[in-house]
Amino acid sequence: MSAHLLIAALRDPACVTALDASGWNALIAAARAERLIGTLAERCAGLRLPDAAERILADARFSAREGRRTALWEAEATRRALAPLGVPVILLKGTAYAAAGLAAGRGRAIGDCDILVPKARIGEVERALLAAGWEWVKPDPYDDAYYRRWMHELPPLIHRDRDAMIDVHHTILPLTARVTPDAEALIADSEVLDGGLRVLGGSDMICHAAAHLFADGDLAGGLRNLWDIHCLIGDLGTDGLAARAERHGLREPVLRAVRLSHHLYGTDVPDGWRHLRPADWLFRRRLSSRDGWGRATNRLLEEGFYMRSHLLRMPPGMLARHLWTKWRKGHRPVA
Amino acid sequence: MRHVFAVRIGPVGFRVGSDWRAPVAQLESLYRDYPAPADGIPDFTVRLHAARPWRRVIRPAVTIGGDYVIPDAAPLPLRLGLLAAEMGMNLQMALAQRRYLLLHASAVERDGRALVMTGLSGAGKSTLAALLMARGWRLMGDEFALLDPETGLVHAFPRLISLKNESVAVVRAAMPGGRFGPALPDTPKGDIRHLVPDAQAIARMAEPARPAVILFPAFGHRRDMRAVPPSETFVRLTQASTNYTALGEPGFETLTRLVTEVPARAIDYPDAESALALVEAAWEAAA
Repeated sequence: MSAHLLIAALRDPACVTALDASGWNALIAAARAERLIGTLAERCAGLRLPDAAERILADARFSAREGRRTALWEAEATRRALAPLGVPVILLKGTAYAAAGLAAGRGRAIGDCDILVPKARIGEVERALLAAGWEWVKPDPYDDAYYRRWMHELPPLIHRDRDAMIDVHHTILPLTARVTPDAEALIADSEVLDGGLRVLGGSDMICHAAAHLFADGDLAGGLRNLWDIHCLIGDLGTDGLAARAERHGLREPVLRAVRLSHHLYGTDVPDGWRHLRPADWLFRRRLSSRDGWGRATNRLLEEGFYMRSHLLRMPPGMLARHLWTKWRKGHRPVA
Repeated sequence: MRHVFAVRIGPVGFRVGSDWRAPVAQLESLYRDYPAPADGIPDFTVRLHAARPWRRVIRPAVTIGGDYVIPDAAPLPLRLGLLAAEMGMNLQMALAQRRYLLLHASAVERDGRALVMTGLSGAGKSTLAALLMARGWRLMGDEFALLDPETGLVHAFPRLISLKNESVAVVRAAMPGGRFGPALPDTPKGDIRHLVPDAQAIARMAEPARPAVILFPAFGHRRDMRAVPPSETFVRLTQASTNYTALGEPGFETLTRLVTEVPARAIDYPDAESALALVEAAWEAAA
C-alpha cells in the first residue's frame, strides 16, 4: 500500500533512502494523488537520493514555492479589494498557513483563496469583489440559491484576469449541519498579520482543519488535511484546544483528528488523547487506501464516506430533496 | 496494473499501466529502440483503465488517468488505446512539467542549431518536422519543444510523430522506409497514424541544441514569408506554452531571452514543396 509508504516518508524522511525504484514509483504516485508531493519534497530536501527522484522532488519544490507566491499575491489582491470596507478579512487553510509562516504551509499545495468575513458584512464584501474583477462561476440558479441559503460560504467567485478562485466564508460549516461553530468567536479571536490580513487563533485553526476533515468532507485528500493538523499541533500545541473545540461543538472531530494524527504521523499529543476508538479504524482505512499507481483501492469505503459527508451536511429529508433536484438536472454523483 | 510499459523520451521518463494488453504491445513495438527511464524512476505515470470493471471486456472504453488529469475527459474505444496512451503522456507534460518551458511546437536540428516551428493545430508542424527528418535534419520532436530556463537550449522530446488526415499519405510517400504505427481512423482529431522517429533522432535525443530560428507556418495560403517582431513572437509563444504561467518569473525570462536572441518568421504555403523551400530560405537567412 503506497499510502503507508507516504505516511512513513512524511514521518521520517530519511527512510526514503532505502527505497528501490518500484518503491519510489509508488511513493511518488501516492504523494501526487494526495497532493502531498510538495510537502514530501520539502521534507526530503538535502537527503542523498537517486538523481531521477531528486529531479522530480526539485520540480515539486519549485511548483510549491511558485504556488505559495501566487497564493500570497492573491491574498494581497483580496486585501486591496476589501480594504475600503474596513472589514476584518481572515485567511483560512493553505493561504493562512503560508501567510502566517506555519510548518503546515511548507511545500503545501494551495488551491482556492479561502477567507472568512463577518456574516453581516458579506453583501458588501461580495459587491466589492465583483467591482474588483471577480465573477460568478456557478451559472445555475438552483446552485446559487442553495449556496446563499444553506452554505457557509458564497458561491465561488473567479477573477477574470488571474483565473484565481475565491471562497468567501461567513462560518466554517454549512448552516444545515447539526453543529454550529461560533463564528463570532472565530472572528473576535483572530490574529492580525503584518499587512493587515488576519488568521484564526491557534486553537480555532486546528478546530477548522478538523471540521473541514471530519465534519464536512468525504475525506478525499484526507492525508493532506491530517498533515495540516499534525503540523498545526506541532507549531501551536494543544493548550486550550479541548475547551475551544467544545465551544464550537467540534469536540468529536477535533479529538478524532488528534488521535489519527498521533497514530499516523506520530504527533505529540497529551496521553489521554492517543488511544484509537473502534470507529477510527474505518477512517484510518479510508485515509490510507492507495495502491502503487496512486489509485484509490477501496471504492466501497470511498462511496460510503461520500454518503456520510452528505448526511453530515444536511438532514435526510433535505438531502433527498436536494439529490432529486440535482438528478433531474442531469447531475450524477460519483461518475 | 496488469500491463506495464516504461520508456524515456528525451529527458522525460514515463510509465504506462493498462488494463489491456493491446495498447502496451503497440507501445513496446513502436518505442522498442528507446531507453528505459533513468534510475528506473519515471517522471510521470499514465493509467489506461476501464471506467467500470466490466468495461474491460464489454464495449471496452479506455479512460485516461495518471498523476495529473483533466476531469471529464471522454474515454476512447479500445481500438484507439495507443492514442489514449500518447494523449496521457502529453497531458502529464502539459499539466505538470516544470523543469522546462514547454512550447507546443515541433523542432529539428542541423549543425547543433535548432529550428522551432509553432502554430495552431493544422498549421503543419508535424508534417513539416517529418519531411525535414526525411531530408536528414535531426528530429527533436513534433509536439513539445523543451526550453531550458538555465541555458536557453532546446531539449529534444522525440515522441512518435502524430500525423493527421492528408499528411499521412504525403509523409508515407516521402519516407517509403519509415516505420508507421497502425492506422487509427475516426479519432476525435480525424484519421491519425504515428511515425517512429528515425535512428538518428533516437540516438541523439540527449543532445540539446541552441535555438536558431522560430517559424510560424500556416498551410493553405499563397506562398509568402515575413519577419515577425519579438513582441508578437512573445505573445504568440505565451499562447503556445502550456506552463508559461506556472513557471512564473523563470518562464518570463526564458521566453524574453528566446525572442530577443532568435529571429522569427511567418511562412505561408500552399503545398509541401513550397514549405520546404521556405524553411531552407529562412534557415539560410538566419545563418
